[in-house]
Amino acid sequence: MGVINGGFGGRHGSSDPRLPPGQTHVYDWPVLSTGPTPNVDEGRWSFTITTEDEVTHRWNWGELQEVGVEDVVTDIHCVTHWSKLDMAWRGVPMDRLFEDVETSYDYVMVRSYGGYTTNLPLEDLLDGQAWLATEAEGEPLTPEHGGPARLLVPHLYFWKSAKWVRGMEMMPSDDPGFWEQNGYHLRGDPWREERYW
Amino acid sequence: MTHVDGNALAGAFATTLGIEITVTVGRCRSCGSSFNLACAHVFITAMGAVMRCGHCQAVLGVIVRGFRETLVNLSGLDYIRVPHL
Repeated sequence: MGVINGGFGGRHGSSDPRLPPGQTHVYDWPVLSTGPTPNVDEGRWSFTITTEDEVTHRWNWGELQEVGVEDVVTDIHCVTHWSKLDMAWRGVPMDRLFEDVETSYDYVMVRSYGGYTTNLPLEDLLDGQAWLATEAEGEPLTPEHGGPARLLVPHLYFWKSAKWVRGMEMMPSDDPGFWEQNGYHLRGDPWREERYW
Repeated sequence: MTHVDGNALAGAFATTLGIEITVTVGRCRSCGSSFNLACAHVFITAMGAVMRCGHCQAVLGVIVRGFRETLVNLSGLDYIRVPHL
């Protein structure tokens, strides 16, 4: 049973108020992948948002840059008990990508190159809470960390920040994505320790 | 991130299901290939273990050890065949 663990144990009682309960501060950036790393070059990369009316909003790499990137400094929290503080990110705010999207649905299924999925309420992607990130710590995102682009939703556990993201589909209900079908919490708020079902 | 083979799940299968994975054959629901599960591709992560088909890379199963229980999802397999030992 040793190969399947619940991550390293959290150090409870930390004095750093930026650490949610059960989290330990790390300085490296652990990699967690559920399959082979997709090799997606920027030339064939695209990102789509599809609504219930089957309207698809699409951006290629160049069009994404024109939407407007911004710098973000934020903490990230992995459900496996590590947190990385004050990370410098660069990405496009999801607010801008949703500006012209008309939908009455409240939930989103995020889809990645390689087949990974994760679900989110739309309200967790808006109001300055989420980005389509292309750089971290001053460098373009490497493939192992989700490059060329990954979702960044830092107020939720990091499995929600899907690597190699390629699109979003609006959903009428909060259907579970990959980890959410396999024992992990539907929303994943680290401050509430929403780790498992 | 690289994978290991299905033997890495021998302990988990024995503990949670009482199954000896090295002699168990499964059929992939995605491509229909049948193979010894010891030949599957397994990605071990701190969130859980993901078993993939060595032929088509489809997800065959996921094992997650939570606080109070272990979840075993084998929905990517049509069936498994476990010989009587």
